[in-house]
Amino acid sequence: MSGLLSEEVLSHIGRQSEPRREIATRRDIRKYAVATGNRQAKYLDGDVAPPLFHLHLFWDVVPLDELSPDGVSIDPLLPQFPLDKAMAGGLDITYHQPIKPGDWLTSIRTLTNIYEKAGRSGPLIFYDVLMEVRDDDGDLVITEKTTRILR
Amino acid sequence: MTASPSVGMTLPERRHDCDVVQQMLYNASLWNGHRIHFDMPYATEVEGYPGLVVAGPLIGDWLHQVVDEWLGDSGMITGIEYSNRVAAFVGETLTAGGTVTAYDVDSGELKLEVFVKNDRDDVLAPGVITAKLNR
Repeated sequence: MSGLLSEEVLSHIGRQSEPRREIATRRDIRKYAVATGNRQAKYLDGDVAPPLFHLHLFWDVVPLDELSPDGVSIDPLLPQFPLDKAMAGGLDITYHQPIKPGDWLTSIRTLTNIYEKAGRSGPLIFYDVLMEVRDDDGDLVITEKTTRILR
Repeated sequence: MTASPSVGMTLPERRHDCDVVQQMLYNASLWNGHRIHFDMPYATEVEGYPGLVVAGPLIGDWLHQVVDEWLGDSGMITGIEYSNRVAAFVGETLTAGGTVTAYDVDSGELKLEVFVKNDRDDVLAPGVITAKLNR
């Protein structure tokens, strides 16, 4: 290990976002279904949301002047990493129950881990973010674990 | 879904033409302003890509769709694990497909290996989907 990760960077593990509460609307579901090339009437009509619709619902909405020059919104959960070239990441999602129009949903994101591995052409930094989406009764709707890699 | 599933059976494949209007609508739907998806001079001259990059989560959506269309109203996807390994570019045609790798008749629980590949047979996004048939 080259010891890229400082105590300061590692101290961000466990950091949690403020809860975000959003409503799923029929129009948003229809737009998402059309944009993804979905062919099933129940989604195109907006009767129920297709899997992955939560990406649409919880993508950060930030002002234009807060986007980085390449048009990306900066994730406030993350520290300043010593590596910044993003590589492919992985997703592990559990769908507990479907999302319907009119549902109010709340997401909380937690930075659950930051670690380092030796790659073939240098060190790699990995970090994991857990997002939990719950309904207004507090029941889980979606659990999503994202792993991202920086080189 | 018409027939009952069996281990080893392959799902009907789906081809996706990576169209620039779809990229725009998809990224706008997310509120994703990343230039590599719509700004050709930026994508090619600044980032060095051969063209506009197809959004990674859209490819993830296509992994879901190939199973979800096959399931229809007879069940639902309960989980997915996947990663984006290779980039795709606007103008390419991709193919999504999958194979049933496990099926428990009593519980209705299914496991499927899924993929999205390009026309050079590179697997862009391999994944494993779990689903459950209605009982």
